[in-house]
Amino acid sequence: MSRQDTSDIVFRRILAVFPISILILVAGIFFQLFWSSLPSLKKFGFTFFYNSTWDPVAENFGALPFIYGTLVTSFVALLIAVPIGVGAAIYLAEYAPPKVSKAISILVDLLAAIPSVIYGLWGIFILVPFMRNCVQPFLGKYLGFLPFFQGPNYGVGFLAASFILAIIIVPFIISVSREVILAVPQVYKESAYALGATRWEAIFDIVLSYGRVGILGAVILALGRAIGETMAVTMIIGNNVIISPSLFSPGYTLASVLANEFAEADTTMYLSALIEIGLVLFLVSIIVNILARILIWSVTKGPGEVIK
Amino acid sequence: MKKILALVVAMAMMTSYAFADATLINGAGSTFIYPAITKWFDEYSKSNPGVMFNYQAIGSGGGIKQITAMTVDFGATDGPMTMDQMTQAPGRIYHIPMVMGAVAVAYNLPGVDKGLKLTPDIMAGIYLGKITQWNDPLITAQNPGVNLPGSSIIVVHRSDGSGTSFIFTDYLSSVSSEWKGRVGKGTSVNWPVGLGGKGNEGVSGLLKQSPGTIGYVELAYAKENNLTYAVLQNKSGNFIEPSIDSTSQAAVGVNVPADFRFSIVNSPNPQAYPIAGMTWILIYKHIDDPVKGKAIVDFIRWAVTDGQKLTADLDYAPLPSDLVDMIQKKLDLVKY
Repeated sequence: MSRQDTSDIVFRRILAVFPISILILVAGIFFQLFWSSLPSLKKFGFTFFYNSTWDPVAENFGALPFIYGTLVTSFVALLIAVPIGVGAAIYLAEYAPPKVSKAISILVDLLAAIPSVIYGLWGIFILVPFMRNCVQPFLGKYLGFLPFFQGPNYGVGFLAASFILAIIIVPFIISVSREVILAVPQVYKESAYALGATRWEAIFDIVLSYGRVGILGAVILALGRAIGETMAVTMIIGNNVIISPSLFSPGYTLASVLANEFAEADTTMYLSALIEIGLVLFLVSIIVNILARILIWSVTKGPGEVIK
Repeated sequence: MKKILALVVAMAMMTSYAFADATLINGAGSTFIYPAITKWFDEYSKSNPGVMFNYQAIGSGGGIKQITAMTVDFGATDGPMTMDQMTQAPGRIYHIPMVMGAVAVAYNLPGVDKGLKLTPDIMAGIYLGKITQWNDPLITAQNPGVNLPGSSIIVVHRSDGSGTSFIFTDYLSSVSSEWKGRVGKGTSVNWPVGLGGKGNEGVSGLLKQSPGTIGYVELAYAKENNLTYAVLQNKSGNFIEPSIDSTSQAAVGVNVPADFRFSIVNSPNPQAYPIAGMTWILIYKHIDDPVKGKAIVDFIRWAVTDGQKLTADLDYAPLPSDLVDMIQKKLDLVKY
């Protein structure tokens, strides 16, 4: 029955070029990073991943503090952003009057378009003093028994960076989650109501259950953004190569060290180590994405449903 | 299609004609010299319309890389090239000092005015993390009558690789053997303590908002932003305020090596401010293109003489006249 004319075949082949070009791009980036970081890979080998020293003068390089910083800030940012983002999306899709929903949605899209350097400057001048004078003393006073909220209070650090990241990624979560929730067929919700479900039950059991894959997708998108975010984080994380359990402590991320040191890296080994940081960032993104995908499969009974 | 092609070819020819009249000089490197070099280009082009300049402030490391790869006509760097880097270059490279600048040590202590007296031992102690309180006996001994708080010192440094950090760590290496052994000097180092701020604005942002901080910024930046900065004890024991004059003094009465690769931190001159540095332009001794070679050398001759008056407005310190004479003689050796 397959009746293919030439234009159809041509169209299909042309379309196939686009996904293949993405594949080539990713593979190209990987090989370029790998190739350029060979001197560092040869010299440090696997120690690069667990060495916590970064000394450009002595040319002793390790990525552990940066990996730690990237994971901690991204994770804490998600902890803050997911409840706010999903909550806002539910309200906008299910409760808010259409006019309000529309107005807020426009604001959300506006937030997503603000360049991160603006968030960084706002962070330096508004958020950091607020963290130092209000948030961190409060947390230290009431939750100071936890190791996360101890130590000197500078204002800058993991917590401030996580806040900025949360603000940057919340619009993505709201925007995508809202679309997902709106896409839940009305029939399902009406069936729930017909069975005597309250609004809360309908949202929690039907809407969120139906849309969980999409919402998790939104979270993964946000996570990817958080891992790679550079400028705003660099401006307020304190840029100190240490691993501390306290969120008050200054830290460093993979993207930040690249932004800070790439321009002035003058020796071959230094440059190569920085490119290996880029490679590590690439690997961290891939691993986190795979883990997130496994998480989705575990809540959706296997890979099939994701594809559907 | 043919029409478009013809148009493109015509435009390309026109632009190449436009460039044919003027000599285009490409440079890249230090961000510290960027305001000075822009001002020079602007003024110099007025009297020499035949020369066009293009300078990319990509950082000193980038400047060294580009001149080594011969992709630019000159580089600019805040720290001299190492022996290793010199041998990698395809030809003999000359370092020509162009501007001098000071790095101010600024602090935020409510109730304490400008002019806190700091010694080399205090500076090294603070940045090594050994002096942690503002009322440390070493600091109070130098500042009788100043009401120093018992709060902890929050150390701030640059997080991005920068010539300012190079000058500052060069100074600390020069006054403290422990710093030299543990940390060393460089555009980025493994800081024992402190918060990293990105750029001068990042450091001054932290300084302005957090009481108890100490950090270092370019003098011009400290002045523009009304930061309170310290007077530092120099090698002769005098306490010197950073200024254009005390910075110029740093290169007076010091032994200048013939290749100009020297450091002016911790100058022996009793009038000199101790944390001073300079930016060099890097050119090849043999420049292949005679037109470009003449244009570059003429420009440098002008910049180190008449051009120095222009940069004083931008808070750079003028080169001392002895040094300028030496530079003139060096430029005579450039072949093109």
